[in-house]
Amino acid sequence: MSIQIKTSAWGKLGRSVMIVALLAQGLIAHAQTPKRGGTLTVIAQPEPVILTAALSTSSPTGTFSTNVFDGLIEYDNDFHLKPGLAEKWDLSKDGKTLTLNLRHGVKWHDGKPFTSADVKWTLENVWKKYHPRNQALFANANQVDTPDDYTVIIHFTKPSLAVLSSLNSNGAQVLPKHLYEGTDILNNPYNNKPVGTGPFIFKQWVKGNYILLERNPDYWDKGKPYLDKVIYRVIPDGGARTAALEKGDVQYASLSPVPARDAQRLAKLPGLRIQTKGYEWLSPWLFLDTNVDRPYLKDVKVREALYRAIDRDAYIRVVWSGFGKAAVSPVVSTLTEFFEPNVPKYPYDVKQANALLDAAGYKAGPDGTRFKIVIDYLPYGDEFRRSAEFIKQAFKKVGVDAEIRNQDVPTYTHRIYGDRDYDVTIQWYAGFSDPQVGVTRNYLSDSIGKNIPFSNGPGYRNAKVDQLIRDAQGSGDQAERVKLFKEFQRQVQTDLPSLPLLEMHFFTIEASDLHDTVSGVDQVYGSFKNFWYTDPSKHE
Amino acid sequence: MSDSQATHASRFQALIASRWLKKLWQLAGVVLGVAVVNFFLLRLAPGDAVQVIAGEAGSASPEYIAALRQQFGLDQPLYIQFAKYLGHLAQFDLGYSYRQGMSVAHLIGTRLPATLLLMGSAVLLAAVIGVTLGALAAYHAGRFIDVVVSTLALLCFATPLFWVGMMLVVVFSVWLDWLPVDGMATVSSGLTGLRYAADVLHHLVLPSVTLALFYVAIYTRLIRASVIDVRRQAYVRTAVARGVRPARLFRVHVLRNALIPFITMLGMQIGSIIGGAVVVETVFSWPGLGRLAFDALVQRDLNVLLGILLCSSILVVLVNWATDFVNRRLDPRIAKD
Repeated sequence: MSIQIKTSAWGKLGRSVMIVALLAQGLIAHAQTPKRGGTLTVIAQPEPVILTAALSTSSPTGTFSTNVFDGLIEYDNDFHLKPGLAEKWDLSKDGKTLTLNLRHGVKWHDGKPFTSADVKWTLENVWKKYHPRNQALFANANQVDTPDDYTVIIHFTKPSLAVLSSLNSNGAQVLPKHLYEGTDILNNPYNNKPVGTGPFIFKQWVKGNYILLERNPDYWDKGKPYLDKVIYRVIPDGGARTAALEKGDVQYASLSPVPARDAQRLAKLPGLRIQTKGYEWLSPWLFLDTNVDRPYLKDVKVREALYRAIDRDAYIRVVWSGFGKAAVSPVVSTLTEFFEPNVPKYPYDVKQANALLDAAGYKAGPDGTRFKIVIDYLPYGDEFRRSAEFIKQAFKKVGVDAEIRNQDVPTYTHRIYGDRDYDVTIQWYAGFSDPQVGVTRNYLSDSIGKNIPFSNGPGYRNAKVDQLIRDAQGSGDQAERVKLFKEFQRQVQTDLPSLPLLEMHFFTIEASDLHDTVSGVDQVYGSFKNFWYTDPSKHE
Repeated sequence: MSDSQATHASRFQALIASRWLKKLWQLAGVVLGVAVVNFFLLRLAPGDAVQVIAGEAGSASPEYIAALRQQFGLDQPLYIQFAKYLGHLAQFDLGYSYRQGMSVAHLIGTRLPATLLLMGSAVLLAAVIGVTLGALAAYHAGRFIDVVVSTLALLCFATPLFWVGMMLVVVFSVWLDWLPVDGMATVSSGLTGLRYAADVLHHLVLPSVTLALFYVAIYTRLIRASVIDVRRQAYVRTAVARGVRPARLFRVHVLRNALIPFITMLGMQIGSIIGGAVVVETVFSWPGLGRLAFDALVQRDLNVLLGILLCSSILVVLVNWATDFVNRRLDPRIAKD
């Protein structure tokens, strides 16, 4: 599928074109039966710190871990839920009781049966204690009943509708109780030689080099997986990643593994293609946070002027080679249920930006400069540095002289979330499929200055917004939650502590003879159990 | 007479022993100094390992951060952390990397062979080619061969390593498909013995040549300059006048003396072996120590970094001894100073 179709897919016409293309692709794919065999070599970049996603929500761990661990519930390509380890699930009308009916006959890779006791133990001892997102999501889960081996009933003290959005393998990974109970969980050796129920069995991790997985012959989803082996290779250099893909040594690499410019070139090769689906669950957006405690940036007029000074369409074209869409809200437009299209909008307008800055009292000096600020950017690669350069140029046009500051990740997070010693910064967050999980953290005032990475960077305090977020969290009525989140979006886009610039479109580069590589909106954190090769003998 | 001989011998032994004792003290002093300075210096960098992990996770709660800090021992005052570190060192224990989930000594042990293989082969290759080319250029100083060699050396010296590496990959791996793009061996190939060694050798060619090119440039220039210098010396002219054959003249009179600055340079470079190959290791995904050190710095995994720096400092001292020893053998006058 070309990028052109993808970026225009937001219009109705584009969307139908895309659906037709997908259908055609699906028809071709399903005309053939999947073939068994072959080795898939995947790029792991950067190398995971730990192989168990229940204890780390970092993306390298996430992209690996779901091949070893199944989710309780899986996603399809339209945000609908489908059975995983749980065959059925039921959230009571008041949103306070979640019943899960587990699949029978599932075994851990060491042969022990998977039961409700594993789910209960993991919820109480891992999710509630160590999982960064689930600590909040399951905070109100005060009792877990397991009437039999295959039934889990979770009781919440408050309605908890967001829970269902996070029961996939990445969101709520179940660990084997018999290997973890009574141990030092954060230091358990099985964190790095995981034993799961998933389609592939962990074999070996040679640090700095590769991770090896082999097919699980007793997998509950009969006939799957189709691949014999999966090898995750650590390739730290971007140029080397491009070369490995080009030569065919690597057949799959997710999360925009090479610079966008290289991707366009690789996509033209006969053996490779670009895939942009399978990231919707992440709902990632890129933004410019402003430190609202700084003298110039205190004034909402100045923040609006800076927003209007940035030509977001040009920015996406120049810096991201078209991989993205201009953002108008922190909730991305693909999250149709929660996205509020009627937020105040600030299109690119240099004239009005200048007028706003004049009105705010910052007249241009003799050299055309109104004031000076510093841009910090998250050091996650070339595109972020070039974003800073683009924005520096944009600000210059409205008389704001910006200097770019470069630093490594720990220095950066300490500066933004600890010392709060910055003016504006380029940053991205994953919003996930419910704004409560990933969006509201940038606006909730509880976390300001507490040195918690990726929380409220701007230092924005608005009692009304705090209240909206809390009400939505505690509501048992989905329609009401949607309403509250829409009001939340209108409010933060009026106050503008953070300027959403881009709905990020990650891409995967994959071999063209690989089939069924997208099985859900969370494929980026999904398993390879449906993958198969046209001719597996070419990939022994 | 025999009596005085015996006292002479034992005095000599005592002298040797005290010399070695002095050297060992030197080594211990250097290691301790390096440990102390690094321990405090590295803690000046903003942020700690827990913050990096929390940052990578994309989200974290204060409780999670506190739990990790406690586990890593970062919640304790600095002087206690330092005392613990010294205590471990006294027992030859380099500490534990919580991030990697294994002891630092083990971690270094798993990466060291790869680095030694890469650096060893590169330096050897560079030394042989560098000495040959340097001597060749010196003997033809100012003439065509010299111009070609010197220009090539300058080119190698001035070209960034990562670019050379990438170009070699594009030509020999992607276009010609002769050599693998990256890694140290074919993953899960099941090869053993000689066939495994051949596989590693196959993977070693590109990174080793890339790294060697840089050193070749240095060695060629160095040898060229010192050979020219030595050939102007009076004793060489005398030897020529005595009718010493050119091959013997080069081997015994010229090269031996010209090697001294080269050996000193070689020693310095072997000393930096551990951190020296970060770029090449990164470009070729070579699982060596340089990358481990670089990653440890970015991740603030200070135990690992301290361990590598410590090993590095020991290596520097040992290589210095070896350099002195070789130079003394080459030119006995050095020992008399």
